[in-house]
Amino acid sequence: MEKIPILKFGDTLIVTIQTELHDRTAIALQEDIIGAVQKHNSRAVIIDVSSIEIVDSFIGRMLSNTAEMASMMNASVVLVGISPAVAITLVELGLNLGDVRTALDLESAIEMVGSGVLVSHDQTKPESVPEETAGNAS
Amino acid sequence: MDAYLIKSYDDVVGARHLVRAQTKEMGFGLVDQTRLTTVASELTRNILLYAGEGKMILDQVINGTETSLKIDFIDEGPGIPDVELAMKDGYTSGEGLGNGLPGSKRLVDEFRIVSEPGKGTRITVIKWLPAGG
Repeated sequence: MEKIPILKFGDTLIVTIQTELHDRTAIALQEDIIGAVQKHNSRAVIIDVSSIEIVDSFIGRMLSNTAEMASMMNASVVLVGISPAVAITLVELGLNLGDVRTALDLESAIEMVGSGVLVSHDQTKPESVPEETAGNAS
Repeated sequence: MDAYLIKSYDDVVGARHLVRAQTKEMGFGLVDQTRLTTVASELTRNILLYAGEGKMILDQVINGTETSLKIDFIDEGPGIPDVELAMKDGYTSGEGLGNGLPGSKRLVDEFRIVSEPGKGTRITVIKWLPAGG
């Protein structure tokens, strides 16, 4: 069984799915992605699905589960390359990809990640406590 | 009208290819090709999940000026005890969200289930080729 390569690009992982996604490949990939997120402390995972012609409920679930698991580890998932046909089919199937972000191409996805637009669920900035200043100008 | 045997997940992939090729050959647009291939993936997977094995039969039906693709998914598995319940979104008796049946119904023009507990299940889907160019 071929393993799908996961590339590291700073704190982003990039996964390009180019082969037909057999069920066991999909499950293995899910585990590999989560493992890689943990190992590299990644903040984002870009999954290029432009070569996937069919996203059925199994694959759809795998993608949304991966996104949910990654989000628990403070990483966001961006799907790149959902074709119009796949998008239509997914909606009609009733599959909800939930919080998974999408981008039209790899460049946009990298931009999305880099500009900090993606904020993971658990990320909260420590609130700065305003210093009490003595003697405000009145 | 050949029966394509479904015995493993490799056959699910094979079923997708078969339907993709057939729909393309019949002149279905890309979106309809995708819809039907997705239905084939869902329902052959169901066969494996619930019955262990079964078959898929493709049939091009010409009715006067109208052409359609009819696909049968047949197994001799445990059958569906309550078809109406199974057709509700969100119901599942196996793993997963149970989107297979109601979702697939939305992707085709006609959808029929005949199932008898203990005997098996036959699901028939039909999609009409849109008239004109």
